[in-house]
Amino acid sequence: MVIQVGYFSLVLTFLVALYGAGAAAYGAIRRKTEFVESARHAMLLTWPLVTVSVLAIVWLLVSGDFQVRYVYSTTSNDMPIYLKVTALWGGQAGSLVFWSWLMAAFTSAASLRKWDRDRELLPWVVVVTMVNLAFFLSLSILFENPFARMWRTPDGSQVTAMFQPGGTMPLIPIDGRGLNPLLRHPGMIVHPPMQYLGFISFVIPYAFAIGALINGRIDDRWIRISRRWTLVAWLFLSLGLLLGSWWAYDVLGWGGYWGWDPVEVSALIPWLSATAFIHSVMIYEKRGMLKQWNMVLIILTYALVLFSTFLTRSGVLSSVHAFAESAIGPMFFGFIGVTFIASLILLIRRWGALRSESQLHSLLSREALLLLNNLLFIGILVVCVWGMLFPLISELATGQKVTVGPPYYERAIAPLGIGLMLIMGVAPLSTYGRASWKPLVRALLKPFAASLLVPLVLALRGITNLGALLGFWASALVALVTLYEFWRGAVARHRRHGEILPLALWRLAGRNRRRYGGYVIHLCAVLMALGIIGIEMYQTETQATLARGEQLTLGRYVIIYDSLAQFDDPGGRYVTRAVVSVYRDGKYVGEVYPRQDYYYAPEMTVTIPGVRSTLEDDLNVMLVGWEPIPTGGTTFRVILNPLVNFIWLGGLLFIFGTLVAAWPDRKS
Amino acid sequence: MHKTPPFLSILAVLLLVILLAPVPTAAQGNEPTDDEVNAIAKQLYCPVCENIPLDVCPTQACRQWRETIREKLAAGWSEEQIKQYFVEQYGASVLATPPAKGINLLVYILPPAAFLAGAFILLRTLRSWRQATIQAEPVVPVQPEDPYIARLEKELRRRDG
Repeated sequence: MVIQVGYFSLVLTFLVALYGAGAAAYGAIRRKTEFVESARHAMLLTWPLVTVSVLAIVWLLVSGDFQVRYVYSTTSNDMPIYLKVTALWGGQAGSLVFWSWLMAAFTSAASLRKWDRDRELLPWVVVVTMVNLAFFLSLSILFENPFARMWRTPDGSQVTAMFQPGGTMPLIPIDGRGLNPLLRHPGMIVHPPMQYLGFISFVIPYAFAIGALINGRIDDRWIRISRRWTLVAWLFLSLGLLLGSWWAYDVLGWGGYWGWDPVEVSALIPWLSATAFIHSVMIYEKRGMLKQWNMVLIILTYALVLFSTFLTRSGVLSSVHAFAESAIGPMFFGFIGVTFIASLILLIRRWGALRSESQLHSLLSREALLLLNNLLFIGILVVCVWGMLFPLISELATGQKVTVGPPYYERAIAPLGIGLMLIMGVAPLSTYGRASWKPLVRALLKPFAASLLVPLVLALRGITNLGALLGFWASALVALVTLYEFWRGAVARHRRHGEILPLALWRLAGRNRRRYGGYVIHLCAVLMALGIIGIEMYQTETQATLARGEQLTLGRYVIIYDSLAQFDDPGGRYVTRAVVSVYRDGKYVGEVYPRQDYYYAPEMTVTIPGVRSTLEDDLNVMLVGWEPIPTGGTTFRVILNPLVNFIWLGGLLFIFGTLVAAWPDRKS
Repeated sequence: MHKTPPFLSILAVLLLVILLAPVPTAAQGNEPTDDEVNAIAKQLYCPVCENIPLDVCPTQACRQWRETIREKLAAGWSEEQIKQYFVEQYGASVLATPPAKGINLLVYILPPAAFLAGAFILLRTLRSWRQATIQAEPVVPVQPEDPYIARLEKELRRRDG
């Protein structure tokens, strides 16, 4: 019964979405507002309808109805309830419905906004969002039905079908295969929803942009409406990337947070164009320039969202993320092609009208520097897309498989990254319009001089790597310029209004949340840059086989292998766990417990490092192998990651900064 | 389809390296350490589980491949020789970046070329905008940038008035 209701609700949502798109288009063309209003109600209705399907899946997962193939392949009896619930996004079929559910939530929320001033955009926003939603629902209904059940035919073979085929008997396994153990981690529980939210929420700014293109209302209204949606989408996307990195760092057991795996790269590319967009809309709003370019960027961002999803879900890229592979490729590819070409046709139709009076008074003006920022972001985007697609191109062209790995990305992106940091250091001090070099140099002088002290001190303390010194200098410049901006503003308020400094700072940020939120995000970039320089340039490691009581030295750390225990865990796994004492500069600082968990249900081993974490560095101790006899040696790998925690610290501050920038004004 | 001998040029380079390189670090007969093995494994990709560096791959096959590296090191092979051995056995995809030859050169040429093209377009656009701006308003009164001069002028104006 639950199965039928869930499936029926999915089909019904699909029909409602199609009706919404049709009614909205008809109402707009024939100027029949009642049709548009009806379409808006359809849009509002999609979320509750998909919710019914989602609840049905969750019910099946939690109650362990293993005849349902999806339940069988993602859960097992010994999994705790919260993991059974999160199995909703642990496999292809469930995660597609989850995706549609989130998209429906965003579109339903958009339908509830006050449309009074923007009536003419409404029908086209409905059309765009509902067509996209209908597409994703159709994937669930046609290819990846989470409600499909398993049946046994009279000759003993097994079929999967929604409704019972003639002559078959229900096939009900006693237990399921269980969730991929790599996904049983807090980071993995939160990472997919964030990543999905980041992806799907770009449908809203994209829909407004397309609405403006169809309707011809191409002033900056669409950008003003969608600004907050864009920022929220960007926040979720950034958090998705961060949580994914944290998960990789914590669970994959390789001492890194980012491996330039094609799937990681594919998640990064929409973020790059979105970040370029967030910067370039400012030029649009302040100076009325770049209308065409902003349209290109938002269309590109949404196309990349779809493309990235396609790459990971179609199995085109084979990598560790291959658990989401399936046969939806051709249809997905077709949809991307059609939406992208349709968007481009609309854009070309309005190309002339979008031409703006572009005035540029100086190459040092804020708008010129923001464009340089765009160039660098798009440069990194090209590096990523090319690195990701080249193995496929090579395979198609020569039949030879190649790997394009970290050395390629690091070499290509490092100079562009340093360039971005330098612009981030200079641009906040530049002005829009008539900028000249004199005041810019005057404003820059103090922070610039102070920033030079950082590499100087570091060099005196024995750091000789030029790349690292350059990176630390650029980070110092951005940090000082940004803090200097806060300081100048707060002091000015303090002088004028006599406010005490903290209050002056608070009110300053409150008066221009967008600007100061942006600055906070720049500070996060500095923190993350520190972490990245630390792990990329100063990561050290060693590996050795130790007998009990023996020690292994890495830099200032010494680890001593104390003991090893093996036991069954109630979570359905066989745990091998070592106890290792950690000494720093000869002083005992604590124990760590590196582990390897063997999961019975999907027959997989997961290596969980023992970590001693401080702001200065992370000492990761990993269990590589052990001899079965207790007197035999145990192999440990020790990795020291200096400054890595600044990445996560930057991530936390990042949430705060984005919320400051996106917080609604009291007026509206 | 005619296939060019895949790694002739690499072999030539390798020969040079062998001739010119200092004596390999692991002297023959000594048992190589895990760190020496990992230093090479890090630069190679697991031939079966794609996109996982060989030094961290937990599968049995990769364990054996690491042992192969150890044996080769013990036999006195150099790092380049070992990498070359893996390329011959399992194809170029075991290397972290494709060897720079043939179509693979595109990997290294396209991104900088695209960036330079983008920079060129941006510069030209900015220039043309500035030209247009200057022509549109040829006489622009220069704003005093210095706050001191600004105050001075203000006071002068007050005195005049």
